[in-house]
Amino acid sequence: MTAALQFRDLTLGYDRHPAVHHLDGAVASGALMAVVGPNGAGKSTLFKGIVGVLKPLAGHIDLCGVRVRDVAYLPQAAEIDRTFPISVYDMVAMGLWRKAGLFGGIGRAERETIHHAMMAVGLSGFEDRPIGTLSGGQMQRALFARLLLQDARVIVLDEPFNAIDAKTVADLVDLVGRWHGEKRTVIAALHDLDLVKAYFPETLLLAREPVAWGNTADVLTAENLLKARRMCEAFDEQAQACVVAA
Amino acid sequence: MLYDTLIAPFADFEFMRRALVGTFALAFGAGPIGVFLMLRRMSLIGDAMSHAILPGAAIGFMLAGLSLTAMAGGGLIAGFVIAVGAGLISRATELKEDASLAAFFLISLALGVTIVSLKGTNVDLLHFLFGSVLAVDDPTLILIVSISTVSLIVLALIWRPLVLECVDPGFLRSVSRAGGPAHIAFLALVVMNLVGGFQALGTLLAVGIMMLPAVISRFWARDITAMIAVAVTCAAVSGYAGLVISYHANLPSGPTVILVAGVLYAVSVIIGPVGGLLWQALPQRHLEA
Repeated sequence: MTAALQFRDLTLGYDRHPAVHHLDGAVASGALMAVVGPNGAGKSTLFKGIVGVLKPLAGHIDLCGVRVRDVAYLPQAAEIDRTFPISVYDMVAMGLWRKAGLFGGIGRAERETIHHAMMAVGLSGFEDRPIGTLSGGQMQRALFARLLLQDARVIVLDEPFNAIDAKTVADLVDLVGRWHGEKRTVIAALHDLDLVKAYFPETLLLAREPVAWGNTADVLTAENLLKARRMCEAFDEQAQACVVAA
Repeated sequence: MLYDTLIAPFADFEFMRRALVGTFALAFGAGPIGVFLMLRRMSLIGDAMSHAILPGAAIGFMLAGLSLTAMAGGGLIAGFVIAVGAGLISRATELKEDASLAAFFLISLALGVTIVSLKGTNVDLLHFLFGSVLAVDDPTLILIVSISTVSLIVLALIWRPLVLECVDPGFLRSVSRAGGPAHIAFLALVVMNLVGGFQALGTLLAVGIMMLPAVISRFWARDITAMIAVAVTCAAVSGYAGLVISYHANLPSGPTVILVAGVLYAVSVIIGPVGGLLWQALPQRHLEA
């Protein structure tokens, strides 16, 4: 098993308060892993660490040869300005950035790929619509089309199915399955445990500290979930410096 | 008759021709920049920046007197320092860009007023600072045209990161490091266009010809490329019509140009096909599902 990601005694947080505390372990290349945990458990924080938005307070993340720029990341609340006058087509086309860069042309082959990506997420016919006219689910489909074009080895999805209807979730989960089939590494933060059990072979249960990590069936036990729920969300204002030896 | 009204002023007088070329050049440079400023919710930044340029121009005046090079150079340096400083601080801290620009431009304005008053009041200086469209000479015209040319070239180079940073800054950060440099280059363009317009045509005209056509374009187009085309056309039309009207009615030309743009704005708010008030008020049956 080769690793795609390695966490070494990783602590991530804000203002020195840890939000992810002493995480150790590796994500195998080609893994399809769910990250589960209550709100405030550090799921988004972990993802921000992986894509380099947040610097670790201690320890480090080894991307095992993949450049940060080659990790495709779908944040929980993408900061998209939906009033910006740009078409759905152009927004999806941004996924080709790594290939086209600043000046690269979008030729016939690229237009074909964009067309296929939009078809794959069920957005054919939406090409010329301004992004402001999309519904929440349609926007999520468009963002998945953009992820398709990014063609990344490691894909990080932060709660991608929030406030999305069942049909859309089913379609998008299919895409995730396709990525898994193509041996890409996919990590997704999720709240729907049934979905996790049905589609994700591996799960990390996080409650600031890692509670359990491994086979989904072994991780999502009643006992573990209870343990995760007991996590205290508030930062201790009087917290002393952490002295756990690395 | 039509010739007398519309073309003769420019055929007969050189200063009218220069003014026309100046406003057209400004339209091409400032129009697109105004559209981006508006889409980034920075519509009032042009105003703030035009104040920020003052101390630079004042220092240039103190060192070299009424010289275009010294004052434009000083203005450019002051504008760059402020734009880049504010841009860097807003990227490195929690402060939003408008807040850090506000801090910078207020300090700069206070400094500028202090420097100007140290030198004593000078009507020439004020005239020079606030420019006049009918007094555009060769060096000034060359300055404006160069600035427009550079603006168009740089905009073409930074187009993708600039658009992407407006739409989805998080995504741009995740795929490329071009966002920061593109942003700084854009702020530099804002400063350059303001300094050009400011020295030649006055503050009011400089900021007005940047922002009013941009705001108008929002009512006529849904796509950024089309918006920029509308903005440039609007700016050029306002420039031409403003000059013709000011010539015949003996009005000050700078403000007249902006007033024409103001009229275009009022018309657009009412009948603009994209969200104009008239279309909202008209009872229209909704479409079939």
